[in-house]
This record gives sequence, C-alpha cells and structure tokens, in this order.
Amino acid sequence: MSYLGYPDFFEPYIKKVEQNRPARVDKRRKGEEFPFMSLEERQEILKHHPDYKEEGKREIKVGPNKGYRIAHEFVDLLEAKSKVDPDKVDLTRADYGTDVLVIGGGGAATIAALIAEENGAQVIVATKLRHGDANTMMAEGGIQAASKGEKDSPYYHYLDVMGGGHFKNDPEIVATFVKQAPDALRWLENLGVMFSKFPDGRLDAMHGGGTCRKRMHYCADLSGLEIMRTVRDEARNRANIKVLEFSPAVELILNEYGQCAGALLYNMETEEYIVVRAKAVVLATGGAGRLHIQGFITTNHYGATADGIVLGYRAGVPLAFMHTVQYHPTGVIFPEQIEGWLITERFRSEGADILNVHGEKFVNEREPRDVESARFIKECLDGKGVPTPTGKVGIWLDSPMLDILHGEGRVRTAFVGKWKVYNRLGIDISKAPMLVYPTLHYQNGGLKDDDECKTTVPGLYVAGEVTGGLHGENRLMGNSLMDIVVFGRIAGKNAAIFAREKAKEGKLTLEHVKRYHKELEEAGIITDRVAPMLLPDYTRPEVKEKQLTASYLGTWR
Amino acid sequence: MSVKEENKNPAETAVKEKKQVAAKLIPVYIMGKRYEVPEGLTIMKAMEYAGYKFVRGCGCRGGTCGACGTVYRKPGDYKLQVALACQKTVEPDMYMAQIPFFPVNRAQYEFADLTSAPEEVFKLYPELFRCVACNACTKACPQGVEVMDAIAALKQGNIAEAARLSFDCIQCGLCASRCFGELAQYHMIQLARRIYGAKILPRAEHLAEMVGTINEGRYDQILEELKHVKEDELKKLYQEREAEPMVAGEDWKPKDTRYL
Repeated sequence: MSYLGYPDFFEPYIKKVEQNRPARVDKRRKGEEFPFMSLEERQEILKHHPDYKEEGKREIKVGPNKGYRIAHEFVDLLEAKSKVDPDKVDLTRADYGTDVLVIGGGGAATIAALIAEENGAQVIVATKLRHGDANTMMAEGGIQAASKGEKDSPYYHYLDVMGGGHFKNDPEIVATFVKQAPDALRWLENLGVMFSKFPDGRLDAMHGGGTCRKRMHYCADLSGLEIMRTVRDEARNRANIKVLEFSPAVELILNEYGQCAGALLYNMETEEYIVVRAKAVVLATGGAGRLHIQGFITTNHYGATADGIVLGYRAGVPLAFMHTVQYHPTGVIFPEQIEGWLITERFRSEGADILNVHGEKFVNEREPRDVESARFIKECLDGKGVPTPTGKVGIWLDSPMLDILHGEGRVRTAFVGKWKVYNRLGIDISKAPMLVYPTLHYQNGGLKDDDECKTTVPGLYVAGEVTGGLHGENRLMGNSLMDIVVFGRIAGKNAAIFAREKAKEGKLTLEHVKRYHKELEEAGIITDRVAPMLLPDYTRPEVKEKQLTASYLGTWR
Repeated sequence: MSVKEENKNPAETAVKEKKQVAAKLIPVYIMGKRYEVPEGLTIMKAMEYAGYKFVRGCGCRGGTCGACGTVYRKPGDYKLQVALACQKTVEPDMYMAQIPFFPVNRAQYEFADLTSAPEEVFKLYPELFRCVACNACTKACPQGVEVMDAIAALKQGNIAEAARLSFDCIQCGLCASRCFGELAQYHMIQLARRIYGAKILPRAEHLAEMVGTINEGRYDQILEELKHVKEDELKKLYQEREAEPMVAGEDWKPKDTRYL
C-alpha cells in the first residue's frame, strides 16, 4: 500500500535515494561539497527563473513608475479603481483620531507600534486578519545578525546581502541594516524571545543560502512564530496601543499640505468604511503571495495580497525592485494536503542533500534562493524531476541524512514543526525524504523608501516586505525577519517624531485617489477591477453561477 | 485576473486552491448543514469548496498561526475532537464548527519590572490554581503540546520547564475553550516563555559585545567605504570573501581578520 508513508508509486524512486545515501553522508562528513556556481553560471541558470519570463509581465500605464514592466498580477491591481467612490466618504468626521496609525498586523507593524508608543505616541494598529496572522508568524528558518565578533562583522553581512541581491540593493539601506541588526537581536532577547542557545548563552547559528559566516540565529524551526507571539504579547501590555482587527486600510488619506494624515479602513464584518485621522502613518502590510503570480502555489498567509503597494502607489510613492519575486526552492509538492507549504532552508543548512529522480546531486544546496529555484526548474524541464501520482514533478530533499549526521532524533527535535505535520499524514521525515518544488514566497521589491523608512509622501513611513531596496533583486534567508525588526523600529520611531514635530492640522483629502482615477481614464484603461484585493477569491465558479442575486466587487460579494 | 499560460511543467499551472478535484464526494456537516465535498480536502478547503468565503477562522493556511481552531465529532462517537481547519482532512459524516474567537482573561504587566520568581506568575494569574489536572487542555491541543504538564510546572514554580514544554504553542485557544477551571493556558505559558527567554536563560554575551563595538563606531568607516565601492570591485570582494565551512565548529576563526 505504501512505502515509508508515501504511495507505492514512489517506492522505486525512494529506493534510489536510499541506495546512495551512505556514500553521500560519507562525503558530507569529509566536508566534500557540490561545487558552487560562478557568477556567470548563475546568470545562465537564472534564465529559467520565472522573473525572466517576459510574457509574464507588462508595462504599467499609470503612476510614478509608468512604463515599468512587472508581473501582470501586480499591474492588474495597480490599474484598478478604488473600492469606494472617494466622494462618498465624509472626511470632516473622523471615527478615530491618533498620533500614529500603523497599517498591518505582522511583525513590522507590531514592532513599529511598540517603538512609536515608546516614543510617546498614541498608536492605532489596523489589521486585516487577527493581530499576528501574517507571514512573520510563518517564517521558520531564522534571523541574520553578525553577532560573533571573533569571526563575523557587519562588513561580511553587507557583502552577503549585496551578493544575494545581485549587487543592485540600496547601499544606504543595507549599511543601516547590517549595523543595526545585532542591536535588534538584543532587543528581541530583552523581550524574552527564546533563541536556541548553547548552555553558556552563546547563540546557535548556522549558514543560510549565500552566507559566508554562520550568522543565522533561530528559535528551533519556529523562529517567526516565537518572535511574532512575543512582540504581540508585548503590544497587548501597552495601554496606548489600540488594535482594530478585521479592519484593513483601503486608501491612505492625505491632508491639504500633502502629508499623510490617516487612512480609510473597511470593517470587513459590518461593511462600514471608517475614517482614521493620524499625524503619521506606518504602512507595513507585507507581501503578495496570494496573487499566485504565474499560477504558482504559495507559502504565504491568506491576507498576502499586495494591499500596501496599491495604497502607496496611488498616493504617489514609487516602486523599487518589483520586477523580481522570490520563489522559495523548497515548497511541498506532495502530499497534496500540504502543497505549497514551506520547508525551511535549514534542512539544507544542516546538510540534507538535494537530489533528482536518479538520486543524484545536481546543485549545491546553498546557492542563493533564486539560483537554487531556477536550477530545480531546469532539472525538471530536463526530465530529471521526480514524478508524482498527482501529475506534478518535484525534487527530493533528503532529510533522513540529518539523523545520521547529527545523531538520531535530530529531525524530530530540530524540526519539530515539520515532523509533526508530516507525521499526521503518515510520513516520518527522519526516515523518508521530502518532495519539493519552488513556491511563491516573498515580494523582493515594494514601495521605495530610504534608510529612515521615509517615502516621497511626508508623514508616510514603510517597513518590512512592502518595501523595496534592502534585498535588491533577491532576498537571502534570515534577512526578512531581521528586516522587520530593524526597520520596524526605525519606522516606529520616525513616525512618532514626525507626529510630534512636523505634522500639521489640515483638511483631510482623497484628491489623490480622484487624480489616480482620472489618470487611469486618460490612459484608456476601462476596467471594473478594484483594488486592494484584501482577500483572495477561492470561491468555485459553480458556486458563483448559482449566487443569482449576488454581485461581486473584485473578490468580494 | 490571473494569466493563463500553457507551461510544460504542470506544477506551474495549478493554482491549487482553484483547481477542481475529481475525487469522490463525501458528505460532511458544516455547523450541522450537509454538504458534499471531495475527499482528501482539508476542512478549510472543504468549506471553501462548499461556498464559504472566510473572513475569520483563516490565517496562514499552514498550521502555524492558530486562527482556524475547529471542533468536530464523528458519527456514533460521543467524543468531541479538535483540529486546525487548515490541517485536518475531512472524513465522511463529520460534524464540524470553527471557533474563530474565544474570550479569555489576559493579565497586563510591565515586563521589564518582572523577575524570574514564580510568585510573579501566581500574582498575575491566581486562577492557575483552579486547574484540576483533568488533562482536557492537552487532549484539545492540535500541536500536541503537553499543556497540562506545562501548567503543572508553572504551579510548581518551574518556569523553565513550562517554557520548554510549551514552545510549540500557536495560541489557537482551544485549550482554554475546553478548560474546566477556566484558565487561559496559552497566555500563562506565553508569560512563562518570555520570563525564561529574558530572565532565566543565560544571555548572549557576544551579542552584547558586538552591539558595544558597533556603537563605538568600529565599522563606520568600512561600511562608508563599501557603500561607494563600484559594482565590479564589490563583486571581487564578494567572491574573495572567506567562507566558513559547513562542518566548522563553534571555535572556527577566519584567516583574514582585517574587517572584524
């Protein structure tokens, strides 16, 4: 019936992996590695990366980046109208007033809220789902910081970040990032984050793709969960942080002086639109996996629909690095119940091999993510992927090696989250390998800002995945969790200072939305699309056909 | 709205959640109402198949955020079972309902002022001692956390043990929903983990040192120079950088120490 929990179908393929496992383990122990690609070889392989498919993109016809070619799924949202007619909104009566409005419910937003509050601000946090239901919670691998002075420094972290991003990253942002990272880690330690440590308190650390020093710190394989639940817990202790859940922002509101002065929220349960007046705004809405770019499966949470990109762009903030999207090399492709689910890079960091259908290695498992993904896709295109009974194709990740290399029980203790979920499906990943394929994972680019988290709109600060610049054209593992901490803190502080020192009381306006609508019209874009999307649409067409009295506005009934 | 493409690789074309499944249909009862859904779907996808659009009760869809706590019962069985809707596969004639929110007590505290003394937890959560050790919380945990043991450890003043036992908690609240003593276990053990992480585990001295070194300005000039290095030169520095071997132990030291 089954072989190691997989359908019989896989037995001959798994046996090939098992046959040469002892020899591969032996090589690992001797430190023999599959050669890394040169920069030239990387360029060649990247032609197989989805970012390089020109038919997957088109030019935006409106806004500050007119003429920029990015994924159709992003352009569809940017060339769309507001959810609400701006003239219908009564801006003279605000439902809430606050110093700093933080938009987003994940790590960057929560950390910005904490620091804004510490700088004396009254804070409102507007979240789309529950507070904390965000990609931060799902990050598993770890968090990078050069913490060990005897072998590492911000200099090496800087080089790694730049190399991963194809040397296109914003140097100012990267320099601030690598310099602030250790202090950000210290801040988390102070809040009580349970990092994996040696008995004397030294932080455990390992390599990630594209690192030259082991500086990936972690909390078992639940790093993001541990960080998110800790900062959320702290936010709940602060009387001056008020959280409005299930109330995503659908437009930014400016004032007559051109400053960002609040947002229009949508209460998804009562369907009311709510006006929040604020003296400064932090936009930290995260990523876009649920757009399913080029039809890819995704690791992202339910609300990752690029809302912040839409809001910021309409208000005049340019985009940066939106032409690249990160596909994580190792998403589950079988079993189906967990398809798209992320398998942390740490399996590879600890020495699990990547293998094709013949059980052969074909790539070093620690290339940068875009290179690694592109190489997987090429191997499958070359007919050397592992077929599945569901008509897909994948690559083996040989997890049982870790129990042999590091001692029995390693997989079960160091990857407890993964082990449990597979175990529920009848597969023991300390005995059987995992079948993976690249999955849509991270929005490398976003709204353009600087190392102070400032945008072109005064009073509007951005942090986390919604921004573009730090990661250049490709993010390295462990740098997104650090991104949200370093720049969440900076955004929170600067927003509080702006609210105190620079914000002016003025008439609220949505004129920028009207201008944007006009620009769409002038560009000849006649559409009934609306944005932001807020939630993806997974309702079957057969159901919609029978909803005879319903009408849809975007993905909403 | 998405782009239809003919790809050679079938994995690239299937947007999983939209794909129709040609599997056998089985009956399930969503909040008591009968629907037929394909077997093999998770509870979450089965509800979407039936026509539900989630606002609440859906988060990461990957088993780590705790938004989709669900109770269910199988026919002929008195026993109430629990699961995460995004993780549990539907079974024929299953009766199910989600619990997207459960009101519980959470204490407010100034974390910086707390010590690692067990009395701190007792003061904030006196209801801890209402626990009658019935083990309903452990049975209700979709993560397999030994919740009752963690609570027992807290009662005994062993914060470290409570923290370690509860590390996998995703705060879905299902434990609290089943608790006879009306405890909010997941908030109590969150407090335990924070005290353990900040005030019991030894601190990372090397991290504090590095922060000090950076604040003294040791790397300011190097970074300033790097920011202005031309791309070709940067590529050269990148390729020449010394790599710590995968198998290196904690005592590994680089040969080049100029930039440390």
